[in-house]
Amino acid sequence: MVTTDTGNSGKRNFAGGVHPSGHKGLAADSIIEVLPTPATVTIPMSHHIGAPCEALTKPKQELAIGELIGSSKAFISAPIHASVNGVAGMVCSVTLPTGKRVKAVPVKAAENQPDAREVYNDFFKGDYPTSGLEQYVPEAITEAVKSAGITGMGGATFPTFVKFLKNEKKPIDTLLVNGCECEPYLTSDYRLMVEAPLAVLCGALLAARACGARNIVIAIEDNKPLAIDAMRRAAKSTGITIMELPTKYPQGSEKQTILSALGRRVPGGALPLDVGVVVINVGTASTIARAVTRGKPLTHRIVSVTGDGIKHPKNILAPIGASYADLIEHCGGLTDDTARVVSGGPMMGFTVGDLTSPITKGTSGITVLVQQDVEAPPETNCVRCGKCVDACPMNLVPTRIALASRYRQWELTDTYHISSCIECGCCSYVCPANIPLVQLIKTGKALKTKK
Amino acid sequence: MTEETNSKNPEKQSSVETAVLAVAPAPHIRDQSTSTRRMMIDVIIALVPLMIASVVMFRGYAILQLVVCVGSCLIAEIAFTAMRKRKAPIGDCSAIITGIILAMSLPWNLPIYVGVIGSFIAIGLGKVIFGGLGFNIFNPAMVGRAFIMLSFATAMGAPAYVKNIDQHMPWLQDLGALPSQCATGPEAQQLTTKFGDKFNAETGATPMTAAKKLINKEPNGYSTKLLSLFLGNTTGSLGETSALACLLGGLYLLIRKTAAWQIPLGGVIAVAIASGIADLCNGPMAWSFLHELLGGAFLFGVFFIATDPVTTPTTSKGKFIFGLGFGLMMMFIRLFSAYPEGVMFAILLMNAVTPLINRWTVPKPFGGPAVVGK
Ligand code: SF4
Ligand code: SF4
Repeated sequence: MVTTDTGNSGKRNFAGGVHPSGHKGLAADSIIEVLPTPATVTIPMSHHIGAPCEALTKPKQELAIGELIGSSKAFISAPIHASVNGVAGMVCSVTLPTGKRVKAVPVKAAENQPDAREVYNDFFKGDYPTSGLEQYVPEAITEAVKSAGITGMGGATFPTFVKFLKNEKKPIDTLLVNGCECEPYLTSDYRLMVEAPLAVLCGALLAARACGARNIVIAIEDNKPLAIDAMRRAAKSTGITIMELPTKYPQGSEKQTILSALGRRVPGGALPLDVGVVVINVGTASTIARAVTRGKPLTHRIVSVTGDGIKHPKNILAPIGASYADLIEHCGGLTDDTARVVSGGPMMGFTVGDLTSPITKGTSGITVLVQQDVEAPPETNCVRCGKCVDACPMNLVPTRIALASRYRQWELTDTYHISSCIECGCCSYVCPANIPLVQLIKTGKALKTKK
Repeated sequence: MTEETNSKNPEKQSSVETAVLAVAPAPHIRDQSTSTRRMMIDVIIALVPLMIASVVMFRGYAILQLVVCVGSCLIAEIAFTAMRKRKAPIGDCSAIITGIILAMSLPWNLPIYVGVIGSFIAIGLGKVIFGGLGFNIFNPAMVGRAFIMLSFATAMGAPAYVKNIDQHMPWLQDLGALPSQCATGPEAQQLTTKFGDKFNAETGATPMTAAKKLINKEPNGYSTKLLSLFLGNTTGSLGETSALACLLGGLYLLIRKTAAWQIPLGGVIAVAIASGIADLCNGPMAWSFLHELLGGAFLFGVFFIATDPVTTPTTSKGKFIFGLGFGLMMMFIRLFSAYPEGVMFAILLMNAVTPLINRWTVPKPFGGPAVVGK
């Protein structure tokens, strides 16, 4: 199945998937705002995938924005930098919405913080070159990405430099930049593409240089015409293809995007590099541009604070380690009928039980759902309707896997390919019996590895 | 696992810092247009045209049978689930569907007690014994019907459908089942001269029996007019006579995506193939492919019984195979067995092989199976 075809021969679609209503309008038109520096930020020493970092700070140590405060000797890891000017406190523990308990460095903000205007321009405006990038040596780009602590900004937070390391046997021909943002509600990637298309393009060109890709495709769902427009205009004469994909969840899931956009099918258990592709998110691309051309590490990220439970939905550029409460308060707070605060989008996000916990490099949004959004009928027996089968983008039989997991029939879970599940949640979304299918599958996977 | 009890707390603070929030697994939204109950209600809505048609054709007899079967099914559900010390899931409406489908599959003059027995068997042996809705292997209504068909052969046999029908339902006769209107061309002429106007009542034939005789080249076989089969002003079980009503209801189920389109498609293809082959062997006959489709209980079966999600395959390939198998089995019985109609046995047979079909049709995951234990 491995193609060396460099054309964009995708059918623009994949089998399965669902069409939840987008709710993007809530925050789509609000220009990215810089969060006023909170009194303290609590910067986690582990953001998701990879080895946690050791805190390098001593209590009372003075820190400037961008100063290294955490690192690890492990290969798959990403260093962590101070996101505000301030004074470090004692290393403490925090619980992330994923349920993971991690070490964190609290930083008390100092008086002198950069002006919001300055921060905005530094991130999104000014000269992000899209030509003459030959001066950047591939290895140097990878090194800069590594030391800037860049991880995937789409939510998975895998250290980005690892994807750029050259592998003789598996050459990369295409860089796919994911601007699908297929999760309902979220608009942070959208705003980035509209407001700073040059940063995205510059980052994409640099990333392509680093991994040796000749071909760059930026995939955007067709519910974002303004973003497609802005990117197309900016991409003229760069050789980058801006590709419109139909709006369908999970269009932005790596394997589905690669199939839709490039017509290549990543084999089960394999990675995009096995079909000659590196995938990065548009947010990651802009962060790469800033790190390489301006020497700035990853300290902030754009977070959509949205949903009907938020009084004034906004897109916010926030320092890593700011609390969910800081961001929500900046958006006018929660409405009275708030039911759930979700870190990320409603399809795959985790509920936030404690709003004082900090946002991480992977927090793409805060979606606040109201009672009406989360209403669900009582769970019944599976009626074997097969709706979950039709919805599964991985062509699995979710009901079988989930029920086998519930009754701990591990062999059966393998017969039905539990390991191929990408946990997208389409099956639970459509199930008329309201069976928590993906939840059962996730639990099954976890129990299995423990066993 | 998705309760939001916390958020219903009336004293919830509005301050963000102290808000008490529910923790629940993803996804946090679901397709709110669907639920088990909603699917069942869809089926009931789709059955409305059939019920109307049956009341138009069979008047009070249809109403009586519906009341008897639906009532008994509900009582049976309550009684049997109570015996298992469970709360009766009346809310899911599935017992109502079983009752309606059973009633619609019975002859108009069936004694009340037979309908009651059929309903209790349908719910008890057909469903509750397996563990309730979702665990049953056979379509409950068909289990009930098979039981009474075997136990009360005379009350359920083909002659029962037409016995005395001329006295009770003269309108049916007048409307369509007359030989002059049944067949076309020289055959009609021949039949009319042979049997006169009381043809249908005297020979005691439903369209399917008459067709059977025609296929077997017996002298009193004839082909009912397509228009009668389409509208339903002919004899047969209560719900099957009107193809129009079945199509209306079926269309609604397909549009609502409550019934899988693969099953009717497979069924129609199978009937087309089988009746095509039969035509080739027997030479062209007044009873054609369209007659096979519109006549008897095929449409009723393929839209309302063969699409019961619980007792049919889960994957779309499996559903298509089920539809094909159902159509072929039914045609096999219609053409070769002693029975004029084969819907019920075809359904039950295909239900029995559904677990097998499911096993054959495990789809290959995207990109092929991952290497296990990597
Ligand atoms: S969608 Fe739900 S009810 Fe339907 S087959 Fe899947 S698990 Fe069963
Ligand atoms: S969560 Fe897994 S099983 Fe469910 S639809 Fe997604 S990939 Fe398929």
